[in-house]
Amino acid sequence: MDFKKVDEIIARHRGKAEEKIPPLIPILQDIQDEYGWLPEQAFVKTSRQLDIPLVNLYGVATFYNEFRLKPIGNYHISVCMGTACHVQGAPRILSELERKLEIADGEITPDEKYSLETSSCFGCCAIAPAIMVNGEYHGKMDKKKVDELLENIEQEKEDEKVKQNG
Amino acid sequence: MAKINTAEELEKLKEEYRQKDEEWDCVINFCGGTACQGSGAQKVLNALKNKLADIEDNMDIELRVTGCHGFCEQGPLAVIQPQDLLYVNITEDDVEQIIEKTVLNNEEIEDLFYNEAEKEDKIKSDKEIPFYKNQERIVFENNGVIDATSVEDYIAEGGYSALSRALSEFTPREVIEEVKESGLKGRGGAGFPAGVKWEICYDREADLKYIICNAYEGDLGRSLLEGNPHLIIEGMIIGGYAIGASRGFIYVRTEYPIAVDHTHRALDQARELGFLGEDIFGSGFDFDLEVRRGAGAFVAGEETALMHSIEGKRGMPTQRPPFPAERGLWGNPTNINNVETWANVPYIINRGAEWFSSIGTENSTGTKVFSLEGKINNTGLIEVPMGITLREIIFDIGGGIPEGKEFKAVQTGGPSGGCIPAELLDLEVDFEKLEEANSMMGSGGMVVMDEDTCMVDVAKYFMQFLEDESCGKCPPCRVGVPKMLEILDRITNGNGGPEDLEKLADLGDTVKNSSLCGLGQTAANPVLSTLEHFKNEYEEHIYDKACQALVCEDLLYYNIIEEECRSCDQCKQACPVDTIVGTPGEDPYYIVDEGCIRCGSCIEACPFDAIEMKPGQKEN
Ligand SMILES: Cc1cc2nc3c(=O)[nH]c(=O)nc-3n(C[C@H](O)[C@H](O)[C@H](O)COP(=O)(O)O)c2cc1C
Ligand code: FES
Repeated sequence: MDFKKVDEIIARHRGKAEEKIPPLIPILQDIQDEYGWLPEQAFVKTSRQLDIPLVNLYGVATFYNEFRLKPIGNYHISVCMGTACHVQGAPRILSELERKLEIADGEITPDEKYSLETSSCFGCCAIAPAIMVNGEYHGKMDKKKVDELLENIEQEKEDEKVKQNG
Repeated sequence: MAKINTAEELEKLKEEYRQKDEEWDCVINFCGGTACQGSGAQKVLNALKNKLADIEDNMDIELRVTGCHGFCEQGPLAVIQPQDLLYVNITEDDVEQIIEKTVLNNEEIEDLFYNEAEKEDKIKSDKEIPFYKNQERIVFENNGVIDATSVEDYIAEGGYSALSRALSEFTPREVIEEVKESGLKGRGGAGFPAGVKWEICYDREADLKYIICNAYEGDLGRSLLEGNPHLIIEGMIIGGYAIGASRGFIYVRTEYPIAVDHTHRALDQARELGFLGEDIFGSGFDFDLEVRRGAGAFVAGEETALMHSIEGKRGMPTQRPPFPAERGLWGNPTNINNVETWANVPYIINRGAEWFSSIGTENSTGTKVFSLEGKINNTGLIEVPMGITLREIIFDIGGGIPEGKEFKAVQTGGPSGGCIPAELLDLEVDFEKLEEANSMMGSGGMVVMDEDTCMVDVAKYFMQFLEDESCGKCPPCRVGVPKMLEILDRITNGNGGPEDLEKLADLGDTVKNSSLCGLGQTAANPVLSTLEHFKNEYEEHIYDKACQALVCEDLLYYNIIEEECRSCDQCKQACPVDTIVGTPGEDPYYIVDEGCIRCGSCIEACPFDAIEMKPGQKEN
């Protein structure tokens, strides 16, 4: 993995920060946007450059749900567990996904194709229960729609393979 | 775009944009809100764009992607002008005829009109629909009308005229007086009068003061920033001027990417036009704003925690006092308000405190935006005057409960709010009344629950959430909440005992009275309010080992109705754990309960509706 981007991100924030210390959370967010997660090397670099002890960085990163210390799959599925989604059956959607993908919340499949996580609220409660696949919202989910969605992804992957080979 | 220096220049620009607006032959106000995206709006939008690119016609057609219209349940949706037609549940296949018939030939497509649940009549204009008709929209007024990425649209609707007015006609003190007089209370939870808070910060002597917009949680903050970010920005600049702040932050959740993006763009536009930066409107007032993305921690919505988070630390609350106005961001006086609070400010300046306080009740003035969710026909975002009854909200605007089910409760105030039962449906909604009913305003969620919702499960759900989100700093919350959850787990597993209810209430009181921050202080609300109003459900779980709402998996079982079963084998094939026994065409099938994981696959697979869930324990 190439970590030059980490230097760039820190330099960019240093450039505009009016406060004495460059803003830590936006830096970590940008690193995660870049890599999909927070690799250990990125931590070490950030810690050295900002002169913040590694332990403090780790403390911040593990405090917020947003930060991931594990990579995500090609298809990253996030399940909303907000109140509206809960009363509309989100737990069943999650267990269906867990069963189908054979991974639990917060895990990634061994082939790194899928990863699964839960979120406290997407803020689109009107279409509960909702899930998100690689940033795209899918509303009013049920077991059937979950199955269809996974089938579509598999199909998409097949199509891509054919395209690549042909 | 050139910098605007005077009220006259702004007025001229407004007229120019207005005129341009009137020249369109047809405007399609297409909702680009998150909920509609989740219902497939992007595909429809792409199809619309393609189709419009194809037509060679000398018509001027504007396809305007707006923020949320509020009626998310019916999305994807669009309002077509000048005919004023609301089309709902639009699919890609409808695009062709929308353009060919309505846009080009002025014909109506009845199939796309809104059809009220269980009613015959179709309604073609949003103004006629009960959902919209019974609302009073102020802060949400322009959401479905303007393109959030276009400052022209905002200015054409009179945007930034309140700022221009405040800077030229009001002293900072006078702005504060106006806001005080309006009676505007903070919309973020506690309902503290905004003007009074501003005054405290105004009175502090300091070289550097900050203001913050708390848009951490909720549908509404997301929708406003997605659909009308300039309104928030304008409110904040006015606030900054009143308080004497020179910098501010908009704190919004990462999970709302469209809101983050639109706010960024709006800030750039505002800077370009000189509404942000130095010497705004030639008044000598300097002010600038920045977006900060909240990194996903519920407690970081609490004001002291939020400030720590902006400072780059863990978002843990600290003891108040000192209040933010005394020692806020990096030790400087800071004023923090909720996003909806800020959104009201430009209207108060433009239309006056008297107008504002004429809406709502004596102690809670103005309107409130709620997000209607759960078991209700019209889910979406609504804005209503304070003092409206729950019944009006749920039945007149919300259209009642789907499938003719029975209303059970409405949960307000977010995770630490309370559940209000049917007996209190005539409650007039304002800050005081909600608190009297052991709930709170919070940031405006209203989750409707029906007979299929288990209140013990709901309480457990909230405690689980709060256990996860407790920052762990103070023991009552860190230890008390998990203990309460343990008891609830026991009750919903069928292992609850008679002494558990008293224990819950006791623990709840302790957590409430001894926690450090608002999270802990209100964490017991979901349990205490369900214990008060729905004790019978707890008792059924404990004594009968049954969940009548058929939610708690250990307190229900799956059953094949012998008389209905045709031994077709479908259920057996669908069962992922092989716990259904039978042979095709022979005796009725049955489920061996020990192996059953309650996944529901068999119910879905059965073509004869022969499988049911039953409350209680299976007798074998
Ligand atoms: C656990 C917790 C979470 C909170 N979350 C939010 C929030 O998401 N949005 C918000 O505006 N206020 C939230 N608040 C309230 C804030 O602390 C603060 O009172 C509010 O932002 C002040 O704005 P207002 O006076 O305009 O209401 C929360 C409070 C607590 C205790
Ligand atoms: S998101 Fe489209 S109406 Fe709410």
